[in-house]
Amino acid sequence: MDLTCLTIDSARAAIQERKTTALALAEAHYARIQKEDGQIGAFLTLSKERALGQADRIDRMAAEGKTLPPLGGVPVGIKDVMSTRGVRTTAGSKILSKYIPPYDCTAVARLEAAGAVVLGKTNCDEFAMGSSNENSGFHPVRNPRDLNRVPGGSSGGSAAAVASDMAVAALGSDTGGSIRQPASFCGVVGLMPTYGRVSRYGLIAFASSLDHIGPLAKTVKDAAIVLCTIAGRDPMDSTSADVSVPNYVAELDKPIRGLKLGVAKEYFAEGLDDEVRQAVETAVDKLRSLGCEIVPVSLPHTPYAIPAYYLVATAEASSNLARFDGVRYSHRANGVKTLSEMYRRSRDEGFGAEVKRRIMLGTYALSAGYYDAYYLKAQKVRTLLTRDFEEAFRKVDAIVTPTSPTAAFRLGEKSNDPLAMYLADIYTVTADLAGIPGISVPCGETKEKLPIGLQILGKHFDEATVLRVANAYEAA
Amino acid sequence: MKVTEKDVNYVADLANLDLTADERTAMVRDLNSILDYVDMLNELDTADVPPMAQVSDRYGVDQSKQGSERFAYASREDVLEGLRKSLPQEVALENAPDSDGMFFRVPKVIER
Repeated sequence: MDLTCLTIDSARAAIQERKTTALALAEAHYARIQKEDGQIGAFLTLSKERALGQADRIDRMAAEGKTLPPLGGVPVGIKDVMSTRGVRTTAGSKILSKYIPPYDCTAVARLEAAGAVVLGKTNCDEFAMGSSNENSGFHPVRNPRDLNRVPGGSSGGSAAAVASDMAVAALGSDTGGSIRQPASFCGVVGLMPTYGRVSRYGLIAFASSLDHIGPLAKTVKDAAIVLCTIAGRDPMDSTSADVSVPNYVAELDKPIRGLKLGVAKEYFAEGLDDEVRQAVETAVDKLRSLGCEIVPVSLPHTPYAIPAYYLVATAEASSNLARFDGVRYSHRANGVKTLSEMYRRSRDEGFGAEVKRRIMLGTYALSAGYYDAYYLKAQKVRTLLTRDFEEAFRKVDAIVTPTSPTAAFRLGEKSNDPLAMYLADIYTVTADLAGIPGISVPCGETKEKLPIGLQILGKHFDEATVLRVANAYEAA
Repeated sequence: MKVTEKDVNYVADLANLDLTADERTAMVRDLNSILDYVDMLNELDTADVPPMAQVSDRYGVDQSKQGSERFAYASREDVLEGLRKSLPQEVALENAPDSDGMFFRVPKVIER
């Protein structure tokens, strides 16, 4: 049995039936990381002691004949923006290069309570700000399909780890597309749940009204299994919603015949690569042949999403990142004489170029005299974008779009042009702004064998339908 | 040009960033390019549109309730160590670049 090409169910079953052990599974994944990750760069820190301890607990359960929890013994990666007690957590930033959190992120704790074996922390754009992983403060991640190409971002390490069988599944975070776009670029499944569906306690905040935690996985079912374990109200996060969690796995196999799926022309506009368009149109045809009714919808404010997003997100980021002051847990510059000099020099040395750019843009947008013109205006446009979706969802059960306008681009291709990089998120930011769930599921390849992603967007707290459509598409 | 070098200096000051001369030059260029782009928002008439700071109050809450009542589920008694114990002092200080074992230590605070 090849231990590194298993799904969550098959890995758990193999341990339960004593065909292998959680320990062997963890060791096989570490061996693969050892062999492959030198050229991919998906991991920043390995948590071997913690992983092997958990694997041992699972193996003892299996030996005693106890039923394993849903992720019993399953090796996972955790994006390095989620706090892990005793395991270095950097958010991809040099400013946190020595930070050892004293507590666990709720999503990580829940995943471990469900039996998952945390292999380590995955690389990402610094503070999750980026669409290519080139903004990592440590080293870029390379796309396992083509090492000259980016894996997408910001959860590029999580996507690359799953795509190259270095982890069975992973957690990522999505503020403007950071789960779905890398999933699309690397050819895996990535799910952003509804805002409030998953607790963000222990997530290093980027933009608090937009940050979401969700799974990257090899199959839609695996994404559903992970969501079942991490979703639900957490008293430690007041923004986690008090909404009951359905059994997403049981809902997967319900028929999709008769569902109404919206197709919005705004997502097939200028800038969409021809091969991506063709693949997504073929996917839409397939969903039609599975009995779904395809309904044209309009989301007229879509072209305004990127500008609104970059004002809202940077304004929130400028506030959230004020906490990195060199006093309590972040890098402090040497040889400083005054408190003010310490703040400035520590932040100057610790933050990378894109993070500084966003702090500056956000601070500018919030500063006296510009607040109404920029921040408040963006918030109003956010209302319009959300109303677009509310209107569309009166007519349809879900909306299908491309995840990204292109397949994975080359390293360095956009790294000197911030605006061109921002536009890589054009089809994903809308869902973050509206707080609706979305999934990216692989839908074919370009001629150059690069993966293409189909995005399915759903109503608030209707991950079940999103997953069900994705699962039917994947199975067909 | 919307943003001048003077603006960049002012905003860097607000954000507690020093920035090198090269970084300041690049920042003037990048901020202007981004702000020119976001100007397209002015094509939209938003006079009667309420701003949206977050989505939590739109969904998943009882819409018949008003204001903070909608989030009653998220409130708790204001008691010491209600949800979890505070971090022990030595744990809270473990990541500090400088401490005396009791407090975080910082350079002298001198008015600029």
